[in-house]
Amino acid sequence: MTTTDDVETTSDAPRVGGSASRRPRAHAQELLFPTREQYLEVVGALRDEGFETCADLCAVDYLSHPGRRLPEGVVPQRFEVVVNLLSLSQVRRVRIRVQVPADDPVVPTLFDLYPGTEAMEREAYDLLGVVFDGHPDMTRILLPEDWEGHPLRKDYGVGRVPVQFKGAPGPR
Amino acid sequence: MSDATTTDTGDGVPHADTVLPDPVSGAAYAEPSATGTERGLLIETSEGAQELFPRSRTAPDELRREAGAVLRLPEGVVVNADDIDVEQTDDETMIINMGPQHPSTHGVLRLMMELDGETVLRTKPIIGYLHTGMEKTAEELTYVQGSTNVTRMDYLSPLHNELVLSLAVEELLGVEMPARSDWIRMLLVELNRVSSHLMWMATNGMDHASTSMMIYGFREREMILAFFEKTTGLRMNHNFIRPGGTAADLPDGWEDDVTVICDTVLPRLDEYDELLTGQPVFRQRSEGIGNISAEEALALSLTGPLLRSTGVAWDLRRAMPYLRYDEVDFDVIVGTFGDNFDRYSIRLNEIRESIRIIRQVIEKMPAGDYRVQDKKITPPPRGRIDESMEALIHHFKVFTEGFKVPEGEVYVAIESPRGELGCYLVSDGGPKPYRMHIRGPSFVNLQGMPVMMRGGLLADAVVVCSSIDPVMGEVDR
Repeated sequence: MTTTDDVETTSDAPRVGGSASRRPRAHAQELLFPTREQYLEVVGALRDEGFETCADLCAVDYLSHPGRRLPEGVVPQRFEVVVNLLSLSQVRRVRIRVQVPADDPVVPTLFDLYPGTEAMEREAYDLLGVVFDGHPDMTRILLPEDWEGHPLRKDYGVGRVPVQFKGAPGPR
Repeated sequence: MSDATTTDTGDGVPHADTVLPDPVSGAAYAEPSATGTERGLLIETSEGAQELFPRSRTAPDELRREAGAVLRLPEGVVVNADDIDVEQTDDETMIINMGPQHPSTHGVLRLMMELDGETVLRTKPIIGYLHTGMEKTAEELTYVQGSTNVTRMDYLSPLHNELVLSLAVEELLGVEMPARSDWIRMLLVELNRVSSHLMWMATNGMDHASTSMMIYGFREREMILAFFEKTTGLRMNHNFIRPGGTAADLPDGWEDDVTVICDTVLPRLDEYDELLTGQPVFRQRSEGIGNISAEEALALSLTGPLLRSTGVAWDLRRAMPYLRYDEVDFDVIVGTFGDNFDRYSIRLNEIRESIRIIRQVIEKMPAGDYRVQDKKITPPPRGRIDESMEALIHHFKVFTEGFKVPEGEVYVAIESPRGELGCYLVSDGGPKPYRMHIRGPSFVNLQGMPVMMRGGLLADAVVVCSSIDPVMGEVDR
């Protein structure tokens, strides 16, 4: 597992403007890069450490942006599952980025640790096709059941569904 | 409802592995437990419909889960698993469908509820009727155009949506915002919080059959929308808070307008108190209804008034201050019992706190620029365009090509009227977001509904739904 600090990764971003005094950053976060095998263990450990709630879970398809900046030792894969944990007691956030390969887009579910990820994992499955192993109800949530493909994937054909005019062939 | 009844086997045998025709595609229905082992995406759409199925088609594990997702918590069983009668047959219970056109579901929310007499046993919210692919659209729009898109998500608090996107973009850009722009943004989002809560008071009153409250809530909200129209040009979907500042400065005489709003709304809140808070019928219909505990709320990732009603004092404005919330005085309103009445009181008093913040903003509003004067991010002042060729080029560039944002990713969260509104933004260094994900508070908060409704009466389902305050535009995005 590789750890880095959010402040580090954006510190070389060009600073533009800026005459006012530097204010404390409200959105600084710790970043963790566990492998798929370490994922459950790491999240479980964080939960015991006092991260009471899972604020957010989403997936990203890096198909057309392969050269992204990752810390040493992290092998980039096509998909990434991004989990935001929140500790109310320590007023702290941590962001976990897991690499998920394209040929086997499966990660274990966090449902047993954080039941609140139920809808978020369904959304990630629906829109990006990442399967969460062990999820009790891995169905589509936003799109109809018979929808084909996962629209937020970068190779999804936008505009593939014809606009319905009178006499035009039906969708799909 | 129709498919729930037609696919009923009728033999009353509670087993899950009966293969029945899928109500949608006609293919064999894949049982839920098969999804874990079926790897690969060939079967990607054959996992079955999203409906709530009769007991004969639901595995005992699934029954327990639907009764309250928190059941799966490894330690400390919140709902006693033995209390759930998995042997109960379909004959004793009934699945009814509510929505998606039901007027009290606050948009196009569809609820499927299993009833035993008048008691709600299981609830499943079915969403997606308003899905317009806004996260996909965001990848096709530049950062300048982005706020036009996100403002339509939570249409009752559009300025919060714009703010969270702008903060995320500015975080990636690393720009330092001028003080005045922060204070203008605070004024607008707090006014928006008031208008959103007033709207909630109105619809919540309506769900309690108090049509007067409906009229009063809309009347007060209209004043705020009129001020928004004067400031931004639009009543809703303002596209006013943009990456780099706001679109314009506040109009002349804004202090007077805002003071009038504060002076009018505050005494009206006391009238609401008289109308609802002390009224026995309202109290009986809201006290002890839709209870949820702090442990359940945290496990289900609930935020905002729902979480605060359980006694957890968590408000991002206080805990992780953004803008200038660390420079103003306000209280975080907390409930005790986690019931509908607590959520009502919290929202009512949050209006008072927001007005307190607004009054401080009027006092402390600094002079200065309402946006970053960086030609690469914001358009130059109108006057410069006539004088300078460079200014004209920059103006053209900003609105056609947009500005480039350094490569990186960031998660920014703010406290919207409904809870934690987050934006996860990935940039590949181009002028359009590589990926924009919005963490919608209503989307997550809806997960609390099965827990809050369980064991309650059908007549209370409507008010429980109302007290969650879902905005379907944001749920479905």
